[in-house]
Amino acid sequence: MKLGHRTINKQVKENMMGYLFILPQFLGVIVFSVIPIVFSLYLSFTEWDFLSGFSNIKWIGMKNFIDIWKDVAFTDSLKNTLVFSVATIVFELGLGVVVAVLIDKYVYASNYFKVVFFIPYISSLVAVSVVFKAILQPSFGPVNQFLMAIGITNPPKWFGDYRWSLTAVIMLTVWRDLGYYVIVFLAAVKGVSKELYEAAALDGGNGLQQFWYITLPLVKPTTFFLMVTGIIGSFKAFDQIAVTTQGGPGTSSSVLVYYIYNSAFRFYKMGYASAMAWVLFVLIFIITLIQWKYQKIDVE
Amino acid sequence: MNRKINVVRILITAIMFAASLIMMLPLVWMVSASCKIEQDVFAYPIEWIPTRWNAIENYTKVILENQFFKNYLNSFIQTGSVVVLSLLLSSICAYAFAKIKFKGRDQLFIFLLALMMIPPQLTLIPRFMIIQKMHLYNTLTGLILMEIFSVYGVFMLRQFMMSIPDSICESGMMDGAGHVTIFSMIVFPMMKPALATLGILKTVWTWNDYQGPMVFLTSKEKFTVQLAVQQFSQADGMTPIYSLVMTGAVISTLPLIILFILFQSQVIDGIAVGAVKG
Repeated sequence: MKLGHRTINKQVKENMMGYLFILPQFLGVIVFSVIPIVFSLYLSFTEWDFLSGFSNIKWIGMKNFIDIWKDVAFTDSLKNTLVFSVATIVFELGLGVVVAVLIDKYVYASNYFKVVFFIPYISSLVAVSVVFKAILQPSFGPVNQFLMAIGITNPPKWFGDYRWSLTAVIMLTVWRDLGYYVIVFLAAVKGVSKELYEAAALDGGNGLQQFWYITLPLVKPTTFFLMVTGIIGSFKAFDQIAVTTQGGPGTSSSVLVYYIYNSAFRFYKMGYASAMAWVLFVLIFIITLIQWKYQKIDVE
Repeated sequence: MNRKINVVRILITAIMFAASLIMMLPLVWMVSASCKIEQDVFAYPIEWIPTRWNAIENYTKVILENQFFKNYLNSFIQTGSVVVLSLLLSSICAYAFAKIKFKGRDQLFIFLLALMMIPPQLTLIPRFMIIQKMHLYNTLTGLILMEIFSVYGVFMLRQFMMSIPDSICESGMMDGAGHVTIFSMIVFPMMKPALATLGILKTVWTWNDYQGPMVFLTSKEKFTVQLAVQQFSQADGMTPIYSLVMTGAVISTLPLIILFILFQSQVIDGIAVGAVKG
């Protein structure tokens, strides 16, 4: 009897300690995540100019979610987000795995290459964007001076050209993030056993065949992981666009998060912006579900 | 056979070396431009090594003018506080999830993990209002407060603590020590490698954060260095002074480059591990 009482006491004490330890973190999470999520969901069904005060929040039901599809700036931003996402991921994955394999197996001074490819990644997007803006300056930037010197009379105006602005943002992003993909692929490539390559070499397989039939299949889980996280990350792109093009010219380089930011903090359309943020969440959620599904299959 | 492979290897190294130069060009151009007088910045062909050095003038000018130095200090304060506080909060919470058997533990942990899926942009508007209601808008404190509750940190440190055998904690229990003692005297000191990795990641993320300061800070003297560099390049609608913009960019990147040089392998491993953050 006495022992049982003591065990119960002990469990109560253990519970108390547990809640005490998680309390600080959970307070923060409730104030800065849970309440905001609920409030943002509510806002997405309202029309509200932030400057008019809390009393002027107007419930409008699904109107925001219908209106956004008629808003060219939104559909353009959504389209640009998808183009940006696919283009950056394709280049980053493709170049990433090739550079990783070359660094791992085919070069001298591999550490030098590792460092050089990685350094852009720890530079801030703001600094990188500012540098690219200068390098790609349309009339006197070094890139266009070079292009004109080799005979291209009308080089693109890059960030100031509606046909090229998104491309320029993609170039900047791939250049900066490539090192990250190289590093993660390097870790995966190192895990591939040397014996597999030796066996392939004995059978007369050349480097290209080894890459295609051994390396690529074996790093597939890493590729998949990088693809999913990369897509999700690219959906959130903001910094480079805010610094270089501010979505322009027109809407040619506007992406979802940038348009959400503009609607909320430039035009104070808090309800409308919240609705778009939920569209962003749904997109990310779908990608996450796909990831879960395929990872399960992988385990089986 | 061996010689043939070496020829291939030398050739590929040469090609990769050319590629690595292209990778470096923008950064080299940045450093070089920061050492020039403005008229030489866009001289063509590019003067990689300045003919007319102006480095000292540029750097002193940027540091002394426009509150740049103040903004720089703000970034150090912001990053320092966020790293220390978030590591502390995360490890306390992670300890509970790894080593205390309290009721509802697994459910609460899954709840926390689910929050990792929420993009921060979804909660940005309400957070902006909450910070205003707390009268912390346009203060470093508000910015720091929002960045210290890292769900990812809890997750990563919990995984690490799970690898510490329970028997170590239990023997502490036998000696009459409570959870506070076991956490602070036994577990916390054992977590140094994990804390170092997380600390480095958090430093890079916080230092480079742009959206947070952009939304939550308005007056120039409160700005972080990222905002200051951006301001430099906007130059209130006038043509920016590129040599000074590049100088600002160099100064803003320098702390992370130094961190990288000092802890190269930890940074690279940490970034590879931190892949989950998204």
